[in-house]
This record gives sequence, structure tokens and C-alpha cells, in this order.
Amino acid sequence: MTLTEVKEILSAEVISGGEDLEKEIKYAFAADLLSDVLALGRGSGVLTLLITGIVHPQVIYASNIFDLGAIIFVRGKRPTEETLQLAIENQIPLLVTSYIMFETCGLLYQHGLRPSIAKVKNARG
Amino acid sequence: MPEAEENIRFHEIFHIEGGNFTHAGAISSRVKKILKDAGFPGKIIRRTSIAAFEAEMNVICYANQGNLSLLIAPNFLKVVVKDEGQGIPDVDLAMREGYSTANEKIRELGFGAGMGLSNIRKNTDEMILTSKLGQGTHLEFTVYLDRQENEFPPE
Repeated sequence: MTLTEVKEILSAEVISGGEDLEKEIKYAFAADLLSDVLALGRGSGVLTLLITGIVHPQVIYASNIFDLGAIIFVRGKRPTEETLQLAIENQIPLLVTSYIMFETCGLLYQHGLRPSIAKVKNARG
Repeated sequence: MPEAEENIRFHEIFHIEGGNFTHAGAISSRVKKILKDAGFPGKIIRRTSIAAFEAEMNVICYANQGNLSLLIAPNFLKVVVKDEGQGIPDVDLAMREGYSTANEKIRELGFGAGMGLSNIRKNTDEMILTSKLGQGTHLEFTVYLDRQENEFPPE
């Protein structure tokens, strides 16, 4: 699905990267722990959406390592100004939704988005 | 050690300020950009950048200051991270998944799950970690350029 569809499904607000809304997203990963993002990030980053409540700049630095396609902040959390500036510099689209993480994941899954990694072998992935 | 000085094609040293969380991750982002601009395969870049990110976070979270050196040789990438700080009392225990001495501040940032060092080991081909209590920690890791399937599997 495109980021436009993600935006519509989640009644989300696009706060950066509005010019990239036709970008295709196939996979998602949801975490509030950057340690998990770093340990479990997999596959094609550009097609992956990160679903998170972490709004400080480290979320952009971590996403940048995986070349993630976009980030959606859940529970109405808004990124800090520094996070926003970094996202713009690194060309990572940012969206905000009022839905909680569970509902965000459920709605996106229902519409065809799939996990970037479904199951781990151990705590390290 | 495999490297002879004349084999090092690129060497850059970055300073890391302990406790400065604002730009935590900035140095590994620069490492990633250098590797990307140099044209290394995606998987090599990702493995090295993840390990560098974890190492950078460790210095920021636990040390007073440190340096991260990136070395590029014809057949391997090497990162050496030396810090001045409290050191690690028990390296074997610190390597254990889930073991963490992170404080509340670190955990609020989404780190401190006790997975950093094992994640460095997972993403690199060689890792050496030594520490002197009350003085600091020396970490180095190597990613070989010719050892593994470096491309991502097809979609």
C-alpha cells in the first residue's frame, strides 16, 4: 500500500515528507524499544514502516541505519523539533495517528501490510 | 591482527561525549554515510552501522568520553571504540542478553534492554571487548568483506 493509504486508514496527519506519499510500503515493525528495532530490523528497509511511540531523535538515527520507508507515531505522540528536522534531512516521512499501537497494527494488517519479521528464534532474533 | 598499516585505505576518528544524548546516533549515521558513499554492499553497511550504533550508545550511556575509529581495509571493515569511564566489572555478565545496568534516563530513550553487546556480536565477524574497572572500556569489531552472502535475499 502507499503512504496515502496508510494515512487514510489511520486518519493520520502527515508532518513531514508530504511529497513522498505515493511511496510503497509492504512491511511493518512495531516497537517502543529502540533496542528491539536495532536487534530485529530485517529485510528491505525502504518498504518497511516503523510503528512507534518513541519521538526523540534516536528514532531517526536508528531508522536511518535500516533505510526505513516511513515512521508513524501512535497514541497522538508528536516528534520533537530536532526529530522533525532530522527526518527532513534524512528524507524519512513522518505521520501521526491518534490510534494506539495495537489498533494501528490491526488496521494496517487488515489492509494487507505484513510483518518485517513475524517470529524470533531467541531474544536476539 | 590482520591489518598492516599500509593496508588501511581509510581511517577516521570520531569523538563521543558521554552523557550527551541529544545527538546519540549521529556518529553511526556518519559511519553509515561513509560506507554508503564508498559503495559497500547493503548488508555490510547495515551490520557495521548497527554495531557502531550500539557501541556509540554504550559510550554515551556509560562513559565520560570516548573515540570511535572507523578503518577500511581491502577485505574488512574495523571499528575501534575506546572510552574513559567506569568500565565493566564483569565482561561475561555484560555480554549476557538481557543483563543491563541502564538507569531510568537510558530506558526512557528506548535503550538499556541489555541487548547491545550481544547485538554487536551478532552483527560482526570478530569482536573483542576488554575493560578496566574505573578506567574504561576497549571494544573492537571486524566485518569481513569477502566472507558471507552480502546481498539481501530477493523480495
